[in-house]
Amino acid sequence: MSSRDKILNSINKHLVPSVPLPDMNQDWIQFDNPTEQFLTMLSAVGGRGEVVPDLATVSAKLHEEPFYNKAAQICSLVPGIEISGDKTIDLNAIDDPHQLAGIDFAIVPGEFAVAENGAIWVTDASVKHKALYFIAQHVVIVLKASELVHNMHEAYPRTGLGSDEFRQSPHFGVFISGPSKTADIEQSLVIGAHGARSLLVFLIED
Amino acid sequence: MGGHAQLANQFVANGERAKWHDQALWFVRQKRDNISHAIPEWETLRETASQVKLHTVTHLAQYLEEFEKNAQAMGVHVHWASNAAEHNEIVLRILQQHEVKRVVKSKSMLTEECHLNPHLEAAGIEVVDTDLGERIVQLRKEPPSHIVLPAIHIKKEEVGDVFHEHLGTDAGASDPGYLTEAARQHLRENFLAADAGITGVNFGIASTGGFVVCTNEGNADLGTALPNLHIACMGIEKLIPAPEYLSLFTRLLARSATGQPITTYTSHFHGPKPGGEMHIVLVDNGRSDILGSDEFRRSLSCIRCGACMNTCPVYRRSGGHSYQATVPGPIGSILGPAHNAAAHSTLPYACSLCGSCTDVCPVKIDLHHQLLTWRKEIRVRGLLPFTKTFPMKVMAQVFQRPGLYAFGGKVARIALRLMPRWMIYNPLNGWGRQRDLPTAPRESFRDLYKKRKK
Repeated sequence: MSSRDKILNSINKHLVPSVPLPDMNQDWIQFDNPTEQFLTMLSAVGGRGEVVPDLATVSAKLHEEPFYNKAAQICSLVPGIEISGDKTIDLNAIDDPHQLAGIDFAIVPGEFAVAENGAIWVTDASVKHKALYFIAQHVVIVLKASELVHNMHEAYPRTGLGSDEFRQSPHFGVFISGPSKTADIEQSLVIGAHGARSLLVFLIED
Repeated sequence: MGGHAQLANQFVANGERAKWHDQALWFVRQKRDNISHAIPEWETLRETASQVKLHTVTHLAQYLEEFEKNAQAMGVHVHWASNAAEHNEIVLRILQQHEVKRVVKSKSMLTEECHLNPHLEAAGIEVVDTDLGERIVQLRKEPPSHIVLPAIHIKKEEVGDVFHEHLGTDAGASDPGYLTEAARQHLRENFLAADAGITGVNFGIASTGGFVVCTNEGNADLGTALPNLHIACMGIEKLIPAPEYLSLFTRLLARSATGQPITTYTSHFHGPKPGGEMHIVLVDNGRSDILGSDEFRRSLSCIRCGACMNTCPVYRRSGGHSYQATVPGPIGSILGPAHNAAAHSTLPYACSLCGSCTDVCPVKIDLHHQLLTWRKEIRVRGLLPFTKTFPMKVMAQVFQRPGLYAFGGKVARIALRLMPRWMIYNPLNGWGRQRDLPTAPRESFRDLYKKRKK
């Protein structure tokens, strides 16, 4: 007998009383000002964020960032963010994600944000190397201020996971809440474990 | 009694250190309290999540087949392993087929349970644990002492020592920021040099065939975004029916574990990355047996948040290594004996039955009730030591004879008042080792009751 059959038989031989699935329509948390809540949570998890009127402001704000100005390699997936030619990396021209090891700054679009925990959903649906999100020294996420949900129960339908469209082209997706961090040495919080050393979020007003 | 109590004795021998350990974990427990109290529907979340887990486990075969079918539709290779040995064989075979020399692994208690690392290392494959805490214990050649905080028992000076030896950091350095930066550089090299990435699975999604891995460091993501081969090792109890239910678990997991609103990276894998290859190894290793037990089935709901450890007065004061089990603490004291009752027979006694674990468990496992049930089970299976069974037999005889009981009580009340200290606190009196006995009353309850009736 294969291990598959052995395991399934071993499960099926037990007559276990069935428990029904619970109702997921409950009073899940809502916020009076979800944008403010999102920004508060983002800062609590070690990120920074602000609401800006347009992409031009994002470009201007980036030039106020010391690490941005010092960056040797920048990769932007957000159309409209201007980067000087000698610094810019074209993700689609790169075959092997290992070549991203020197990326200092990644500027990427987010699909939507979650007020309750400061998380932002990003995917590799139209991104050649998902490694970019994790290997860059600093990450900037840009998204529309209106793309904000209150809680994770509103978030999951927005991910599209399990929809017919998703089944046609399944892809990777991740909720990112703040920069990479660890507290594995004596519970001391250190920002910048393996992934981004900083996370900056711009919410663009419509 | 040997086992946990003996090892705990060694741990508490250093009082200062034991106190430091206790307080470090209590701090995490308090963070969990603060953040969970900020969610008005916290109890609803726990109850709902608990039902989802029970539902899934009571329909497990159906969901496993659905998961397999959907994963295969995305090009994932799905393997089934009845036990640890088979799991290790499967992983090794995949790695050998791809001529893998170096593999990076993110945290997976399942691979700890199966002792995967030594198996791969014996075959000449280098395995680098990439979670910072796991890397620290790996370099120290010891197992994790906590499932979420693997190096919680280690002082920063000791981390400095082991990093000085292996990573070439400055001798005597103990600043966590400096040491973490050194680990970042060291592990980056390993991420870039790895031929394959191994991860655990926090949640498998039956209706999509995908799975979720949660980390704060981003190590599971870096370890799988660079190499082409990703192997995910998953216990069969990790399934949930559909993505909508992840909302419950992603809200509960990090809040319960470390007091964070969500893990930094909550990654949803659906099929291999473009041009890559993905394998999922589904592991039973005794889980289907637990499923058949009405008393212990709920232990399969565990999402490995570690909240029961952080709150447990025994765990905090005895340290994870005193349990000598892959998973320590209250949940480990249930899972350990379920896997091997003889080897872990002392664990259900490493418990004061205070019930704090049950109160904090995000999926409402009745932990302290199961621990009590395990005590009965240990007795029934004849695994109790003579030092416990003999006094129980004697007491059973005494309790059956009211006259003998009354006489014994009288003797004891007088003796306790008259005997010198050294006689009362003799080596046979286990109860008196860390505490003074209460002062013996002059009259028994029966005497008082008789008087009152007059």
